[in-house]
Amino acid sequence: MMKIQVRYFASLREALGAQETVELPAGSTLGALRDVLLERGGRHAEVLAPQRPVRCALNQVMVAETTVIEDGAEVAFFPPVTGG
Amino acid sequence: MPRVSIQTADFDLSAEVAALRDGDAGVGAVASFIGTVRDRSDGAGVSAMELEHYPGMTENAIEAMIDAAMQRFDIRAARVVHRVGPLLPQDQIVLVAVASAHRGQAFQACEFLMDYLKTQAPFWKKETTADGARWVDARVADDAALRRWGIDKANA
Repeated sequence: MMKIQVRYFASLREALGAQETVELPAGSTLGALRDVLLERGGRHAEVLAPQRPVRCALNQVMVAETTVIEDGAEVAFFPPVTGG
Repeated sequence: MPRVSIQTADFDLSAEVAALRDGDAGVGAVASFIGTVRDRSDGAGVSAMELEHYPGMTENAIEAMIDAAMQRFDIRAARVVHRVGPLLPQDQIVLVAVASAHRGQAFQACEFLMDYLKTQAPFWKKETTADGARWVDARVADDAALRRWGIDKANA
């Protein structure tokens, strides 16, 4: 197992808090992490639902959900960006 | 001068452009863009806006965009300032300024950087209307704007 720090921003932060630590099997992808969080039900299931547009970053770089997470990584989930 | 600043404070276009081209007599053109807070959005009146970002990632993402612009266009310098925190209608939000030898590359690089920033830099806008506060939805048109540059990275 590995420990992953998960951060949330914008509407996801309001629903889930700014961050939490999650234990995951080694070799898990960001998509697998999202599934683990979804299975908790409640607000996690609501805001991370598959039909919701959620973007993710690994170590502060935007990546696809197929990307594998390494131990100690910083992962973030957030809605589509709206700056500028 | 840093190429990227994320700040709550306002910025001064004249001072930023002066610093951008300071000491470089090869500059013959400066193009700039400023985004400001509108008082209407999707048919509703907007009385205030709050901008959130991802400290560290936001700066690095924009640095990488400027690297891409420097590779793609014949430009000499670029600068991005983006405000975060509480803002009001008419406030300045973002500045992109690009210096080059001739105008064409400066215009193009400025638009490229704005198109890139709109869909790939981690910022989120929350606007206050008469019905309360709401997060702004990303626009498909902004993804299309980035695709014009041959970059297919969907956001909305």
